[in-house]
Amino acid sequence: MIAEIGHYALVLALILAIAQSVLPLIGAARGSAPLMAVAPSAALGQFAFIALAFALLAQAYVVSDFTVANVVQNSHSAKPLLYKITGVWSNHEGSMVLWVLILALFGALVALRGGNLPPSLQARVLAIQGMIGAAFLAFILFTSNPFLRVFPPPADGNGMNPVLQDPGLAFHPPFLYLGYVGFSVAFAFAIAALIEGRVDAAWARWVRPWTLAAWCALTVGIALGSWWAYYELGWGGFWFWDPVENASLLPWLAGTALLHSAIVVEKRDALKSWTVLLAILAFVMSLIGTFLVRSGVLTSVHSFASDPARGLFILGILIITAGGALALYALRAPTLKAGGLFAPISREGALVLNNLLLATACATVFLGTLYPLFLDALNGPKVSVGAPYFNATFLPLMTPALLVMVIAPLMAWKRADLAGALGRLKLAFAAALIIAGIAFAMKGGPVLALAGLAVAAWLVVGAFVDIAERIKLFRASPGDSLRRLGGLPRSALGTAIAHGALGIVVAGITASGAWRAEHVAVMQPGETAEIAGYRITLDRVGEYDGPNYRARRAILTARDGGKVIATLTPEKRFFTVQQTTTTEAAIHTTWFADLYAVLGDPATPQAGSESADGGWVIRLYHNPLVPWIWVGAVLMALGGVVSLTDRRHRVGAPTRSGQKAKGAVTA
Amino acid sequence: MSPRILGLRRYQFIFLIPVIAFAILATVFGVGLYLRPDVIPSPLIDKEAPAFALKPIPGRTDSGLSNDDLKGQGVTVVNVFASWCLPCRAEHPFLMQLAKSGVRVVGINYKDKPEDVAPWLAELGNPFSKIGRDDTGRVAIDWGVYGVPESFVVDNEGRIRFKQVGPIMEHDLQKTILPLIRGLQK
Repeated sequence: MIAEIGHYALVLALILAIAQSVLPLIGAARGSAPLMAVAPSAALGQFAFIALAFALLAQAYVVSDFTVANVVQNSHSAKPLLYKITGVWSNHEGSMVLWVLILALFGALVALRGGNLPPSLQARVLAIQGMIGAAFLAFILFTSNPFLRVFPPPADGNGMNPVLQDPGLAFHPPFLYLGYVGFSVAFAFAIAALIEGRVDAAWARWVRPWTLAAWCALTVGIALGSWWAYYELGWGGFWFWDPVENASLLPWLAGTALLHSAIVVEKRDALKSWTVLLAILAFVMSLIGTFLVRSGVLTSVHSFASDPARGLFILGILIITAGGALALYALRAPTLKAGGLFAPISREGALVLNNLLLATACATVFLGTLYPLFLDALNGPKVSVGAPYFNATFLPLMTPALLVMVIAPLMAWKRADLAGALGRLKLAFAAALIIAGIAFAMKGGPVLALAGLAVAAWLVVGAFVDIAERIKLFRASPGDSLRRLGGLPRSALGTAIAHGALGIVVAGITASGAWRAEHVAVMQPGETAEIAGYRITLDRVGEYDGPNYRARRAILTARDGGKVIATLTPEKRFFTVQQTTTTEAAIHTTWFADLYAVLGDPATPQAGSESADGGWVIRLYHNPLVPWIWVGAVLMALGGVVSLTDRRHRVGAPTRSGQKAKGAVTA
Repeated sequence: MSPRILGLRRYQFIFLIPVIAFAILATVFGVGLYLRPDVIPSPLIDKEAPAFALKPIPGRTDSGLSNDDLKGQGVTVVNVFASWCLPCRAEHPFLMQLAKSGVRVVGINYKDKPEDVAPWLAELGNPFSKIGRDDTGRVAIDWGVYGVPESFVVDNEGRIRFKQVGPIMEHDLQKTILPLIRGLQK
C-alpha cells in the first residue's frame, strides 16, 4: 500500500506540475490575477507530493521492504542504516526522485520568497519551473518508476554497489543536484525575461541570489565528489577529467560566468543578451550532464546502468528545453535593449574579460569531453581525451583569469585607474615573489609549479589587500577597522573570501601535482619503506569481519625520524553479497600534506621461489597541500553564502538598492 | 543601434548561432545513443594469432599451448583467465557450457600461482583441452589483453575472428559467440 501511495503522489505532482506550467502562462498573457495565482499554490502542492513520495521511498529502504523492486535491487537487510537511507539515491530511479524533489523545492522557494517579484514575472518563472518538473516527473513515471513491486518478494536484496557504501555518498549527490537543479531558477528567469522582453537591473538582482545559491551548492558538490574519489578509489588523485566530472565542471564554469555577468547587468545595464544566454546555458549544461550520465553515450566510471529508452526520453527533454529556449533566444534576444558602451579599463571591462575566459574554458572542456562521441558518430576511430589535452588547454585559459580576478575588485566602474589598482597590490605582488622564492629554495622547481604558487599567493594576499584597504586596516584604530568590517557590503566580503579561497585551491592543485611522491613496495611484516622522509613500517596484515563485508587490513606505522606520527590502516573489503572488492585508503592529514597508503594484492612469489608468501603490495603516496583543495573549495562556497546575505538580496531591500542601481545607469 | 523589430533585414544572425550549435549537438547525441562506446575494436581481428609458446602448468599432463595448437583444429575459443579473478569465476559456467556443446576451449592462465589452478578447476570444472601458463603476462600483451577475463574466437586457420573483453555472460554466449562459432564451423 505504501509504495502505491508513493506512486500516486508522483502522479498527483505531475498533474499539478502540468497545471503550474499552463495556467499561469495564460494568466500572465491575459493579465488575469486568479490564473497567475495558481502558480505559487501549484508549486507548493507539487513540492508536498514529491516530498511525500520521497519519504515513502526512503521508508521502504529503511524497513527493507523487499516487495519493492528498487529496494531489492539496491539494498540489503544487513546494510548499516546510513546506507539504507543513502541507498535511496544511489540508483537511477531513486536519484531521479531526489532530482525532482530538489527542483520542486526551488519552485516552492520561489513561490514563498518571490513575493517582491512582479506577479507576471513570478507566474512565468514558476510556469517554466513547472514545465521542467512535468517533463522529469513524466520521465520517472514512464521509464523509471521507483515504486514497482516484485512478486514473489525475495528473501533479501541484492545490496548496493560497495563503492557507494561510503559517507561521501550521503552528501555528494544532494549537493551536486542542488547545484544542477538550482540553475533551473536562473533558466526560468531567463525564459520569463525573454517572454516579457525586459532585462534590467532589477531582473539581475532577482536572478543573482538563486544563481549564487546553486553555485555554492555545486562548488561543495564537486569538491565532495573529488574528495570521495581521492580517498575511496585509491588512486591517490583528485581529478581525472572523467566525462562525468567534466559534466559537473561545465555548469560550474557557465554558472561562474553568469554570476559575474549578472553584476554587470545590475550595475551597468549592459551585457544583457549575453547574461540571458549564460543563464540558459548553465542549466542546459546541467541537463547535458544528466543526459551523458544516464544514457551511456560516453564511457565513464560513473555511468548508471544505461538504457536507450531512458536516454531517448532525456534527449527529448533536452531538445525541447534547450532547443526551445535557444530558439526563443534567437527570436527575442535581438529585441533586448542594449546598454551603454564602456571603457576596457574598468570593473565591467575586467568582468567581460573574465566572462570571455570562463566561456572559452567551458567550451574547451565541452569539446574535449564530447570529442570521442563526435568522432564515433562520424564513424571515426574510438579515442579517449585525457588529462594532457585538458591541462594544455584549460590551464593557460584559467591563468589570465586568475591574474585579473585580483585586480578587478579594486577597479572602479565606468573608468578605472589600472596603475592605481596595481599600485595598491604591491603587497600581493611581493608575496607572490616571496612564495615562489621559498618554493624554489625548498624544491628547486619545476618553473610552472613555482608560478602556480606565486599565483596562489597573489590571489590570497590580493583578496586580503582588498578588504584591508576598505576597512583601513592599520591606518585607522583597530576598533574603527572592526566597525568598518561590520559595515562592509557582504557582497564585497564574500567576493574577497571566495577569490582568496580559490588561491588556496590553486596552491593545493599546484603542489600536489608537482611534488607528489609515490612509492610502490612489496613488504613483508616488519619491513620498512621510505617516502618523502617518512619511514613506514608494515606491522602486520590481518583479517576481520565488517557488517556486510570481510576485510583485510594492514597496520602500518609512520615515523618521522624516530617519532611515531601516525598509524595507517589501509583495507581491502570484500563484499560477500556483490562479490566485489573495494579499496579503503588510509590517509594521515597534516596541515601541509597527506600521507596516503593503499593495501594491494598479495605479491606473487618470485619465479622459482618455493615460498607461497611473497609479502604484500603496499602503495604509498605523499601528496603535498592536497587537503587545501577541499578546504579552499568549501571556503569558496562560504564566500558565496556570505555574499548571499548581502542586504540587497534580502526581502524589502531591493527598492532601495533598485534606486541606487538606476542611478548608476549611464544615460 | 540594435533592432527592436524582428525583421529579416535587420536581424542579427549571431543570435542564431546557439540554437544551430545545439541542433548539431542534439543530432550527435541522437546518433550516440545507438553507438556502443565501451566496445573497443581489437586490431587483431581477422589477423593471425600472434606467435607464442607457453609451457604447461606444473603438475598437469598436457603440453602447454602455442599458436600451432590453434591451426587445423576447428574453431577454438581462447580464454585468458586467472584463479584470483572474480569475474572469471562468474563466466566459468558458460565456458563449461561451451565445452559441453563440443566447442574446443583452451586457456591462457594469466599471472597465476600454479598450485592454485588445480583446486580452482577441481571446484568449478575444467572446460580447457589445453592450458598454457603465462606467468609473466608477456603473451597476454601480444594478444592485446587489458585484464582478465578476455576471450578470443579463433577460426580453423588460426585467425582471430572475435574478441570479448570482460566475462562471457549468457547473452554474449547466445547472441554473439555461439552464432559466430556456428557460422565459422560451416
